Amino acid sequence: MTAIKTEKLTKYYKDLCAVDSLDLEIKQGELFSLLGVNGAGKTTTIKLLSCLSKASKGDAFILGDSIRKNQLKVKEKISVSPQETAVAPNLSVKENLSFICGVNGFDKQKTKDKVDETIKKFNMNEIRNKAAKKLSGGWQRRLSIAMALISEPHVLFLDEPTLGLDVLARRELWTLIKDLKGKITIILTTHYMEEAESLSDRIGIMSKGELVSIGTSKELIRKTGAKTFEDAFISIAGHGGIAA
Amino acid sequence: MKILAFSLRNTKEILRDKINIMFGLGFPIIILLLLSFVQKNVPAPMFQLQQLTPGIIVFGFSFFSLFSGMLIAKDRTSSLFMRLFTSPLKAYHFIISYYIPFIPLALLQATITMLVAILLGLSFTVNMLGLLVVSIPAAVLFLSLGILFGTILNDKQVGGVCGALLTNFSAWLSDTWFEVDLAGGAFAAIAKALPFYHAVEAGRFALAGDYTNVFPDLWWVIGYATLFTAIAIMIFRSKMNYN
Repeated sequence: MTAIKTEKLTKYYKDLCAVDSLDLEIKQGELFSLLGVNGAGKTTTIKLLSCLSKASKGDAFILGDSIRKNQLKVKEKISVSPQETAVAPNLSVKENLSFICGVNGFDKQKTKDKVDETIKKFNMNEIRNKAAKKLSGGWQRRLSIAMALISEPHVLFLDEPTLGLDVLARRELWTLIKDLKGKITIILTTHYMEEAESLSDRIGIMSKGELVSIGTSKELIRKTGAKTFEDAFISIAGHGGIAA
Repeated sequence: MKILAFSLRNTKEILRDKINIMFGLGFPIIILLLLSFVQKNVPAPMFQLQQLTPGIIVFGFSFFSLFSGMLIAKDRTSSLFMRLFTSPLKAYHFIISYYIPFIPLALLQATITMLVAILLGLSFTVNMLGLLVVSIPAAVLFLSLGILFGTILNDKQVGGVCGALLTNFSAWLSDTWFEVDLAGGAFAAIAKALPFYHAVEAGRFALAGDYTNVFPDLWWVIGYATLFTAIAIMIFRSKMNYN
């Protein structure tokens, strides 16, 4: 079943076409990575799909609801973990999680259950009462992703979730993301080729606002005749793509 | 539930910022103490506690423009807001949630100001309750100004506009530090065309128990508060739908 379907989705910033006639279909439970160099249109695509930005042309459907016509219904089904850690700095870990439950309309009992469950799942028991601003970068990112997941989204957007993290923190987050595979639909943007290759079911490569190639990492390597996925990416992103 | 959750978060953000507490509660009290001592040494009718207390309360409210403006301006530029904009919160959830925590805080500040005034010699009367009620539109006015500036400016600009300009501007034109009629001319005309003077006057009448004269001064404040609340809501909604 289709989780996300875009139809000629286009975004202009004045004369600049940030996303150009994007046609894409992502299945439920799939982990789909969007790759591209800076300015390729990855983050704009996520902003369009998460109703943070209005499409200039075209439309997209999240589990059947239009991002143009049914924004509130779309917002009930999605969650976003932005590039920078999105936490309330003066609130503790537990308060941040409760806060997100509250703004999603959970009642008191459900909030308590979800907070306890999430703290356990993300191994945050020791820091549950610590203010978010006093956590390390890795823990803040972990909390940020936990906040994105606690609202029980059907579709999760992870915009460069491991940016700036050390190797250990990155690998820990990979494990968390791998555990989610198949349960919810995840759209991931990243600059780390290894991350995309390791986590994704399929990968889409964007260049100058266009989706220039799509497939599994092995398919993309095979199509370009490259030795590694990084070489395949450079070949595709650097030359404007190959036939999908 | 959504409004409760967001306003609870806003309350915690405000109360856990010690500078907010220090300025919001402490600074007006210091000014009240200072001017009371001036009054003891150099008696001036307008620095009598009966006249001064309503002015200090309105002056204290001006800091809430700074706090609410800073909170919104910082929120707007944070990734947390991006997360909240993708949640099922509507514009009215945001706006109400910003007002809710500040109104009780403003009333608490006004109550503390009155308690200090009582310690300094102001007679305790039931009219103090009247003063509190009459002060609410002024509190709403300053909050709406803060929400408006926080919506259109960044946090540094809010610091300048609300922290420096508005606090001074509203104080000078409020008839608290000096009588605007003594300045006369255009200054008095401007002061009386704006709500700050009327907010203090309405408070003075309420504290004196002269409720028949609370209006029309209070109408001025209610009018401006309604106008700026409507503008703040309109601009916040348009910003939320931007792009």
